[in-house]
Amino acid sequence: MKKYLGLFAFLLVIYAVLLAADPAARSAYNHFNLARRVGMEGIVCIGAGLLIITGGIDLSLGSVVGFSVALTVTLLRREDFAWQPFPAMLVVILIGGFIGLVNGVLVTKVRVQAFVVTLCGMFIYRGLTKWMTGDQVQGLSGQMQHVPSWDAWTRALYSNRDAWGLLKPVNYLLGQFGVEPIAVPVSLILFLFLVLTAAVFLHFSVYGRYFYAIGNNENAARYSGVSTDLYKILAYVLCSGSAAVYGILHVMQAQSATPTQDGANLELKAIAGAVLGGCSVRGGEGNVIGIVIGTTILVLLPNLSLMLEIPDFMEFIVIGSALLLGAILDEALRSRERVSLSLVSRVFHSILSLGK
Amino acid sequence: MSHPNHPLLDAQGICKSFPGVQALQNVSLSLNRGEVLAIVGENGAGKSTLMKVFGGVYTPDAGRITFDDHRVVIPNVDRAQKLGIVLIHQELNLAENLDIAGNIFLGREPTWGGPLRLVRRQILKDAEPILRRLGVSLSPRQRVANLSIGQKQLVEIARALSLKSRVIIMDEPTSSLTQRETDRLYEVIRDLKRDGISVLYISHRLKEVQVVADRVVVLRDGRNAGELTAAEINHDSLVRLMVGRELKQFFQRTHPEKATRCVLEVKGLHWKPNQAPISFKLNAGEIVGMAGLIGAGRTELAETIFGIRKALAGQIAIDGKPVRLGRVRRAVAAGVYLVPEDRRGQGLVLEASVSDNLSLPSLDRLQHWRFVALRRVRNLAEEMKQRLNIRTPTLSQRVGLLSGGNQQKVVLGKWLGRSPRVLILDEPTRGVDVGAKSEIYALMDRFAGSGVAVLMISSDLEEILGMSDRVLVMHEGRLAGELDLASLSEALVMRLATGAGTNKSADCTETGPNL
Repeated sequence: MKKYLGLFAFLLVIYAVLLAADPAARSAYNHFNLARRVGMEGIVCIGAGLLIITGGIDLSLGSVVGFSVALTVTLLRREDFAWQPFPAMLVVILIGGFIGLVNGVLVTKVRVQAFVVTLCGMFIYRGLTKWMTGDQVQGLSGQMQHVPSWDAWTRALYSNRDAWGLLKPVNYLLGQFGVEPIAVPVSLILFLFLVLTAAVFLHFSVYGRYFYAIGNNENAARYSGVSTDLYKILAYVLCSGSAAVYGILHVMQAQSATPTQDGANLELKAIAGAVLGGCSVRGGEGNVIGIVIGTTILVLLPNLSLMLEIPDFMEFIVIGSALLLGAILDEALRSRERVSLSLVSRVFHSILSLGK
Repeated sequence: MSHPNHPLLDAQGICKSFPGVQALQNVSLSLNRGEVLAIVGENGAGKSTLMKVFGGVYTPDAGRITFDDHRVVIPNVDRAQKLGIVLIHQELNLAENLDIAGNIFLGREPTWGGPLRLVRRQILKDAEPILRRLGVSLSPRQRVANLSIGQKQLVEIARALSLKSRVIIMDEPTSSLTQRETDRLYEVIRDLKRDGISVLYISHRLKEVQVVADRVVVLRDGRNAGELTAAEINHDSLVRLMVGRELKQFFQRTHPEKATRCVLEVKGLHWKPNQAPISFKLNAGEIVGMAGLIGAGRTELAETIFGIRKALAGQIAIDGKPVRLGRVRRAVAAGVYLVPEDRRGQGLVLEASVSDNLSLPSLDRLQHWRFVALRRVRNLAEEMKQRLNIRTPTLSQRVGLLSGGNQQKVVLGKWLGRSPRVLILDEPTRGVDVGAKSEIYALMDRFAGSGVAVLMISSDLEEILGMSDRVLVMHEGRLAGELDLASLSEALVMRLATGAGTNKSADCTETGPNL
C-alpha cells in the first residue's frame, strides 16, 4: 500500500513540476496529447502487466505492434478485396491473439524459455513486417476510396475531442468559469475501460487468483488442480492482443505504416511501465492501479524533459534512471521491515555499505 | 583471560521478533568448553533463529552474549567466524563445482602476490591433515558434486575446523544421512569434543539426542522450556518439555478394522519405459502405508495417479468408473487428492495468505459467475482453521510465516473442503514437530473413519508401522510386496524395500466384490 502511495506522490510531483516548468505544458492541447499517449501506452502496459504477474515476459510486443500496423494498412490498401475497417480490425486482433497463442504454447507445452521464445518473436514479427511492406512506408491517404468516410471515421474514433458529445455539459460548466474546454481522446476512454475490466478480472475473479498463484508458485497451483498451462497461454494471448489493439490505434493516428519504426522499443516501455507500477518480473506481484500510475509516470517523464528543454535523446536516460530509482526504493522498502529509518537514509545507507 | 570453569558461550535474555512473530523471547543458554549441547523443540520453537543469532545471521533485538568472558556483538557471519563460531546450515552450502580442498578454503585461498594467483598446492596440502583428523579417506582433489550427502556434511565440518572454530553449530545434520553416515558423524562429534570444541546440535530426532548430547536445552514457543542433563534424557521427559503436556496416544486408531469396499483400482500403471506395471487397490476406510527407499518411485506413482505425471500405460478407476490419466482436473473431479512431498515448493503459495491457500483448489466452487465469493472463502478458511487447529494470528497471515506443522495442516486443509474419496499423503509429517504430528495422525484416522481411502507414503518406519492397516512396499519402480497387519514387521518391510525378497501377491486380490 505504502508503495502505491509513494508512486502516486511521485506522479504528482512530476506533474506539478511539469505544470510549473512551461506554460505550454498547461495547455489543453498538451493535456490532450498526454492523455492520448497514456491511453495507448497504458493498453500495452496492462497487457504486459497481466503477463508479468503470471511470471511471463513478452519481448515480442513491440514487433507485434509493428506487424499489426503493417497488417492493418496492408488489408485496407488491398485493391482486389476492399476490406471494411471493422472486419480488418477484427482480423488484426485475432491474429494478434494467435501470435500470443503461439508464444504461450511454445512456453508451456514445448517448454522453451519465455525470454527466448519472445526474443525470437521480436525478430520474426519485425521481419514479417518489413517483408509485408517491402520495407517501405505505406500510407493510407488516397487509398481509402472504398471507405469514403474513412477520414471522418478515424477522427470520430480516434481523435474525437469531445467524446461523442459526452463532454459537452462538462465543458459548458468549465466555460462558465472561463476555463478552456477539455477534450478526451478515445484511446484514453478505451484504456479506462480496459483498466476497469482488468481490475475486475485480476482482483475479483477466480482467474485473477489463478494468475497470482501461478506467478508466485506455479507448481503449487498445478498441484492444486489449476490448469496452469491454460492460464499462462491466456496471459500471452491477452498481451499480444493488447499489442494488436495498440497497432490499430496507431494506424488511426498515423494513417500509415513505418515498418522499422512502429512499436520499436515498445516492449521495453510496456515492461518498464508495469515494473515501475509495482509488478515484479519474478511474478505474482503487482496490481492494476499500480500499472496505471506506472504508465502515467512513463508518459509524463519524456514530456517533462521536453518542457525542461532536455534534448530528445535524453528520454531513455530519464526513463531508465526513474526505473532504477524505483527498483532501489522498492528493495529498500522491502528490506526495511521494522527498522524505522527513512527511505532516503536507508538508500544512502545501502550505498555506503557497498563501499565496505 | 579465559577461565576454564566459566562457560565458553553464554547468552542471556535473547529476544528476536519478525513481523507478526515473536521468534525468541528472553531465551538464555550457556555452553561449556568441549560440551555437546542439544537444542530441542517443536518446529517454530525458535531453535534455528537462536542458532542464526549466534552465527551472525540475525541480530537480536535484546539480550547479551558473552564469549570467552567478553561481552560480544555478532553483527555478521564474518565476525562470528572470527570469534570461532561456525554455523553449518541444514541445507549445505558448498560450491559443487569445486573440489574438497577448494571448498574448505573457499574465500580464504592463500595467494601469491596478486589475488588472481591461487596457490593450489598449498590448499591441497593444508586440507590433508584436516580431513585426516576427521577420519575421512577422501582425496582433497575430489569434486564435491560427486560426494554423498554425508560426505558433504563432513566437508562442511572440515571447513569449520579449518576456521579454527571453537563452537560448531549443526542444524539438523542427520536429516538426510543414512544410518552409517549418522554413526560416522557421532564419532566425529566425539572427537571434536575431545579436542575441546563445543557443539550446538539441533535435532528433531529424540533418539539421536540421547546418543550424542551431554545436556539438552528445550525451547517451546520461543522461550526456555527446560533443561536436562545426559542422565535425565529419555523420550518421555523430552516430549513433555517440548509439547508442554503428555501426548496421550501418539498413533491414533479408532477407525473400523475391516475395510472391503474397493474405491481406487490401479491397473498396469507405469510411467517409464521398461518398468514393471503396477497394480493395486485401495479400500474405503483404510490407511495403506507405502514404504520404500528414497528413489523407489513412490512419489512418481502418486504423481501419476494424480495426473501430474504422464503415464505410459495403465488405468485407474474410482468406484469402478475409469478416470482419464494425465489430467489433474480429472483426478480432482473424481475425488482423488494428493498432498505433495515438497510442502513449500508444491503444496503452498508461500507469499499468499492462509485463506488464499486454503481456497485455491476449491475456487471453482467458491464463485458466483466466476467472481470469487469472498464470504464463502472466509467461511471455508475459518472452518478449516477450527477443524485442523491451525495456529495463525489471522487468516490473512502469509503462509510462509507459519511453522512447518501449521503449514502442513494448511496443505491438508486445501483438500479437506472437497470431501475426498482417495487421499494420497506424500511424507505427511516430514519436518513437522511432535505435537502437530500426532494431530495429523488423528486427522488421518478420522479420514479413514469417514470412509476415505488413505494412501500414506512415508520413509518413517515407525509411522508406517504405527498407522497402516496394510503396507505396500516399492523397490526400484515396482511393487515389491504387500504386508497386512498380521505379518507387518520392520524387518520384513526393510527386506522388501531393499529388494531382498518379493512377496508374491502384490495386488489385493482378496478385496473388492466388484471390478
